Amino acid sequence: MGEEVILLDFWPSMFRMRVRIALAEKGVKYEYRDEDLLKGGKSRYLLQVNPAHKKIPVLIHNGKPISKSSIIVQYINEVWNDKAPLLPSNPYERAQARVWTDYIDKKVYDAGRKLWTTTGEEQEAAKKDFFEIFKTLEGQLGGEPYFGEENLGYVDVYLIPYYCWFHAYETMANISMEGECPKLVAWAKRCAQKKSVSESLVDEKKISGFVLK
Amino acid sequence: MSKGEVVVLDFWVSPFCMRVKIALEEKGVEYEGREEDLFGGKSELLLKSNPIYQKVPVLLHNGKPLCESTTIVSYIDEVWPSPPLLPPCAYGRAQARFWADFIDKKVFDAVGKIWRSKGKVAESAKEEFLEILKQLEGALGEKDYFGGDSFGFVDVIAIPLTSWFHAVEKFGGFKVEDECPKFSAWMKKCMQKESVAKIIPDPEKVYEFVIMMRKMQGIE
Repeated sequence: MGEEVILLDFWPSMFRMRVRIALAEKGVKYEYRDEDLLKGGKSRYLLQVNPAHKKIPVLIHNGKPISKSSIIVQYINEVWNDKAPLLPSNPYERAQARVWTDYIDKKVYDAGRKLWTTTGEEQEAAKKDFFEIFKTLEGQLGGEPYFGEENLGYVDVYLIPYYCWFHAYETMANISMEGECPKLVAWAKRCAQKKSVSESLVDEKKISGFVLK
Repeated sequence: MSKGEVVVLDFWVSPFCMRVKIALEEKGVEYEGREEDLFGGKSELLLKSNPIYQKVPVLLHNGKPLCESTTIVSYIDEVWPSPPLLPPCAYGRAQARFWADFIDKKVFDAVGKIWRSKGKVAESAKEEFLEILKQLEGALGEKDYFGGDSFGFVDVIAIPLTSWFHAVEKFGGFKVEDECPKFSAWMKKCMQKESVAKIIPDPEKVYEFVIMMRKMQGIE
């Protein structure tokens, strides 16, 4: 398939880690261009290709832009459908996977952010909320090795980038992920053993450093 | 086209529930709508079927529950493929999902900012709402529907929200028809469809509901 795949990127973004994992799972070669959001100003190229949201990640496939990580990962799954299916073939299970990625979207980022933007009583409440969410996700995992059951699936790809934020969460809020959600930490370590994941995740100390700034 | 028992846990004025019912109507699927009393107390079935959000709509297909209206509409499209709501090509589908997500994130909140205003509706709230509609007009372009020649996924996601527009027009003192004529024309075209006309409630009744909500929330 002679095609051009470009990923507009910002290194700490967990949203684009998802896209990188999906591309790696499918064995797709791509070029990535760094968008340094902190240096101030998004490149003209980004604004041109993603006017409605002005956000990264943006995947550009043969000149056509696609944005939002959930949409990009589903697109990658549909186009490169010869290997590593990320979504189940059964429509009900596929819908369930979408419900859980939507849940992750709605809950995890904000809950995590509250851990390092609040103090005192507010932070205690934030911690409770945070663990409730992760325990719900643990419950969904059940006894399977992955959310995708036997193999890495859509929900795994969606959630795993948060793993490199665990260290930051633990440091900021004085909590222990392994203490509260051992099953989930075991799941995360299992995912990280996969090449597509280990090569796409950012080093957790870099994330902590970035958060502390 | 029976593929089992279909139940929708419903609330008449919820645009999210309307999406699900319109999709089922489009596909000619028979279903039972069960109205939830969201103010009196949610049913056991709702709480059990949607434990993580405890919200409507919930679709129960042969007893198996699904929540989140956009996911439900995608599911309906996959199980009952004819007539199709999503386009056949992956890029077209990605674009449809993008606009559905945009509508989900922006429109209802912007509507809320207007009807929840205490006193005079802030100019900024009105401007924000109209700006979003103008962006949608851009996405519509010269097409009849967001789906192109035929009513599709994005149209199903968007049209129910317009049942609340009459209420915000009254509170905000403006008319969508004057400010966004293209969008208004699309609304009229959709309302001519049987599936849509059957499900979208009378805008005056929605307006009365909103007045009641305002009283309940101490805004009046």
